[in-house]
Amino acid sequence: MHSVLYRLNTLITLAGFLLAVMCSLASFTDTFHVPSVTAHAEVLKVNRFRKQLTGNDEVSLTLNVSMNLRSTFTWNTKQVFVFVAAEYETAKNSLNQVSLWDHIIQDKGHAKLEAQITNKYPFIDQGSHLRGKKIQLVLHWYIMPKTGKTIEDKMVISDFRLPQVYT
Amino acid sequence: MDWQGQKLSEQLMQILLVLFATVAFVTGYLMGSFQIMLFIYAAGVILTTLITVPNWPFFNRHPLQWLDPIEAEHYPKPQPVASKKKPTKQYQK
Repeated sequence: MHSVLYRLNTLITLAGFLLAVMCSLASFTDTFHVPSVTAHAEVLKVNRFRKQLTGNDEVSLTLNVSMNLRSTFTWNTKQVFVFVAAEYETAKNSLNQVSLWDHIIQDKGHAKLEAQITNKYPFIDQGSHLRGKKIQLVLHWYIMPKTGKTIEDKMVISDFRLPQVYT
Repeated sequence: MDWQGQKLSEQLMQILLVLFATVAFVTGYLMGSFQIMLFIYAAGVILTTLITVPNWPFFNRHPLQWLDPIEAEHYPKPQPVASKKKPTKQYQK
């Protein structure tokens, strides 16, 4: 501690260590936070349901989605990434997930959504198993904190069955 | 900076930094703002740097008391005892 550089070195080291401690504690406070998300979706219309030339089923949907993710925001939340996935079971795979729509919520003020959407990404099966298939629409959300690890969770927001015939 | 000053500076640095970190964290948490926490802490670190890093006069209030030269003459430096067995080459001229 006899020279300016020694003191500066000690100070920066301790300050950096304390900053790391503060960030860890901030992340730790998130473990006590239990968000209560409400969300609902409704399939308004199957716009298109066909078999592609490659043999894969393709679906286009119009959905009504409403969600309230305000409770996911804490003081340590940077943003929340949400996506709606269609999930279904086939003989080969017990879980098929196709992302239909996603959104990045940057702040709490924009965390309550109500929208009519068509699928942003194509809903294409690997093969042709979709006729009459029971589909679950699942809302996944990833809470990205300012410090700490991403918290992910999901909920089923709709159940529906695709028609037996192509349109 | 003298010995007492160095001790004071180190203790001040540790106490101030921990204090600012605690205040920043509690304030940030209560106000629900990560940014406020960082601003308070940054201000605290800068203030602590200004207080403890430069060699301020109040770190030099206890200068080292060296012995007087007379005192040293009373206790002369011990002389090395010359070895009789093997005189070194320097003396064999």
